Amino acid sequence: MTPLLEMRSITKTFPGVKALDSVNLSVKKGEIHALVGENGAGKSTLMKVLSGVYPAGNYEGEIHYEGELAQFNSINDSEDRGVIIIHQELALIPLLSIAENIFLGNERSKNGIVNWHETFRSTEVLLEKVGLKESPNTLVDSLGVGKQQLVEIAKALSKDVKLLILDEPTAALSESDSQALLDLMLELKEQGVTSIIISHKLNEVRKVADTVTVIRDGATVSTLDANKEKITEDQIVRDMVGRDMAHRYPERKRKSGDLLMEVDGWNVWHQDHADRQVIKDIKFNVRAGEVVGIAGLMGSGRTELAMSIFGKAYGNKISGNVKIHGKPVDVSTIDKAINAGLAYVTEDRKTLGLVLEETIVKNITLTNLPKVSTNGIINHAEETEVAEKYKAAMNIRTPSVFQQVVNLSGGNQQKVVLSKWLFAEPEILILDEPTRGIDVGAKYEIYGIINELSAQGKGVVMISSEMPELLGMCDRIYVMNEGAFVGELTAKEASQERIMSLIVTE
Amino acid sequence: MELSETTAQATAEAKSNAIGTYLKSHLREYGLLFALIAIMAFFQIVTDGVLLKSVNITNLFLQNSYIIIMALGMLMVIVAGHIDLSVGSVMGFVGALAAILIVQWGWSMWIAIPICLVVGGLIGAAQGYWVAYWKIPSFIVTLAGMLVFRGMSLWLLDGQSVGPFPKSFQLLSTGFIPDMLPTGYVADVLGLKRFNSTAFAAGVLSAFAIVWFGLKARARDKQYGIQGEPYAFFVGRNAIVSIALVFIAYKLATFRGLPNVLISMAVLTVLYSFLTQNTTLGRRVYALGGNIKAAKLSGIKTERLTFLTFANMGVLAALAGLVFAARLNTATPKAGFAVELDVIAAVFIGGASMSGGVGKVIGAVVGAFIMGVMNNGMSIMGIGIDYQQMIKGLVLLAAVFFDVYNKQKQS
Repeated sequence: MTPLLEMRSITKTFPGVKALDSVNLSVKKGEIHALVGENGAGKSTLMKVLSGVYPAGNYEGEIHYEGELAQFNSINDSEDRGVIIIHQELALIPLLSIAENIFLGNERSKNGIVNWHETFRSTEVLLEKVGLKESPNTLVDSLGVGKQQLVEIAKALSKDVKLLILDEPTAALSESDSQALLDLMLELKEQGVTSIIISHKLNEVRKVADTVTVIRDGATVSTLDANKEKITEDQIVRDMVGRDMAHRYPERKRKSGDLLMEVDGWNVWHQDHADRQVIKDIKFNVRAGEVVGIAGLMGSGRTELAMSIFGKAYGNKISGNVKIHGKPVDVSTIDKAINAGLAYVTEDRKTLGLVLEETIVKNITLTNLPKVSTNGIINHAEETEVAEKYKAAMNIRTPSVFQQVVNLSGGNQQKVVLSKWLFAEPEILILDEPTRGIDVGAKYEIYGIINELSAQGKGVVMISSEMPELLGMCDRIYVMNEGAFVGELTAKEASQERIMSLIVTE
Repeated sequence: MELSETTAQATAEAKSNAIGTYLKSHLREYGLLFALIAIMAFFQIVTDGVLLKSVNITNLFLQNSYIIIMALGMLMVIVAGHIDLSVGSVMGFVGALAAILIVQWGWSMWIAIPICLVVGGLIGAAQGYWVAYWKIPSFIVTLAGMLVFRGMSLWLLDGQSVGPFPKSFQLLSTGFIPDMLPTGYVADVLGLKRFNSTAFAAGVLSAFAIVWFGLKARARDKQYGIQGEPYAFFVGRNAIVSIALVFIAYKLATFRGLPNVLISMAVLTVLYSFLTQNTTLGRRVYALGGNIKAAKLSGIKTERLTFLTFANMGVLAALAGLVFAARLNTATPKAGFAVELDVIAAVFIGGASMSGGVGKVIGAVVGAFIMGVMNNGMSIMGIGIDYQQMIKGLVLLAAVFFDVYNKQKQS
């Protein structure tokens, strides 16, 4: 049987870099094909070549689609042939309804006049297919990321998709939403839709993929067929990084010291809907040198908890006590929280963590400018030295500390965000999804940094949607559900099953 | 032998590559400087040398001083991610207030001037309050301010022009620094009618200062391994700037010397350059404009900072109003009409970004001079106000297009 898609020795060069070096990719009809590789390995470039973002003639090699040579000159070309790509950053318009979004640019209309009846009817059919129980009239704005993803897929289905490409579809999803999405992929497969999934989450890849293609440094490293052999995660990781990773979590001497921070009776109401309580009577503590995890589903209130403690950066009617070293501290504004020794490393580094157009230097020193200034005048030399120090300590890969952070990869950006908060000299760091969207190698480095911090006696609170990461890193894990803590587990007691059962039984 | 040749070739290539990338990333700054020079050269030719006559250079400074003073504040407002449409009206209102206080009520200018500056600050603060603490878009708040203060100056002046001001007040704008050096003989030696040595010395000294500070900064950059401007560029740029300074100083010296207002302008430009580039306050304004959420989460008091940039703008608009009134020697209800557009255009021509976080003081000043030279040159040529406006509009569009195009090509 000829494959649905065959990309033959695709080579794509940018000025100075060979992004793809004769990559081969063969996707069989009706399969789920996983494309894995570290960030910057060339996965997205390959998909851009396929979808016509880089028009034919802009690269070397051939694309054969449905048995014939395909020359896509634009995204429209590829979409017309049923190749639809759903990007990591969702392309929905928040203030339009689900139905309007699904048929945007493809309206059910006659002579430019929209047929709303037909639009809603078709939307209902599509939503049924993807298992989304919402009215077609609902604004996309009011949906969570998981549901928005389903709308994107419904939109793809409306265009008679033959080859669906999902770029890190579960990166922003909680465990249960991810699960639902993967189930949907399997269901679409039954209906004859072929998919390519790009993902960093290898357990998911293993769960759904029929074939796995690993790309490293712009070249195909291996293609593994799940129906012929048993694919292990270790095997994929080895191919991805080109070396054995015996331990995915670096070893750490676990020893926790005195009580560092205690939070008690913490209550928070929703930022915009003041009648909705998002944090309910939470009590927890962190010891010096301890890494404490907060597990929970998306929307369980973990970020809201962290941000409300960090200078009321989130929420309304906040009440409760925070003690550091046994003494009550005032954390009512962000600068007071920073002075009290707190740092919050956001889950959303691009919009909340960094000034993207500024240099690494200026981003790092922003949290503590007075430290490199006298009488409000910045000492540029000292500032540069500070940045150089963090560049070396964190292994930030950049030609110069005067590089704009927008030009760095996700992992390196995350290291800049961490540097910036370390420069504020906190005692307690709250890390919100510290490894989201970064590759395996960079993750390992971030874990190393976290261990280093705990070795220095700092308290680390780690919020993560990746349970294996919490299990691998934390001394204790609090389990959160619907705004309240529903359990506390020590590293020994904790397992994915126990965490899930605490969430489910509550 | 062959080997060393190829190595030499390779290094030469790498060097030219480095210069190429540097030029690419700083194209905007050099482009601005060259645009100013090209525009001046053009008008110098088409006006048969009138543009660079001593009297006209002096005029250029006097004509554009109030635009430049306001461009300094506007730069900070725009870098912070906002806009201030009210500055023309505020300028007119403060000029009117000065006229009422000094001309009608006979107050001493030494009391009236501080009052006017404080009123300007309060007006800026009042607008900043709505923008910073109530998050009302600055476009709307200052559009309201523009109408309110235009109306208030009409009301204050009762629709009439009020003047003239006392001589001492006029000196604010039209006064000159007297020659303080005992070098009266220089004029005779050079065979000139007059030669203000103080003005010339000031020009030469500032040229020296610029080169000196430039060299010092270069040495420091090198010490910290910062890849700075290629040496040839550094020399070229400084040579052009120094020659221009000395040339202008010479021209001023052969007329009436340094205008008072040039001194205030130069001092303010240096001050605001320093403020934006070297202080924590300035840095925080850039961070605020670059990404307000990230700045806020870094512990920066974004509201207060926004408030302050508007208050500062108010003070500078008031100063501009005083300078303008002093130059016209009368306060008219039309003073400052549509001036906000020239100020904003100067800042954008100078490379600031509408979305905030980007822009330099020196760029805004050069931008204002580009506008000023064009106004002046076209007036000398006798081009009607209709064509002048069309041309200025197209220049603004071209400058911003150049920015956007550059950015797209880079990415």
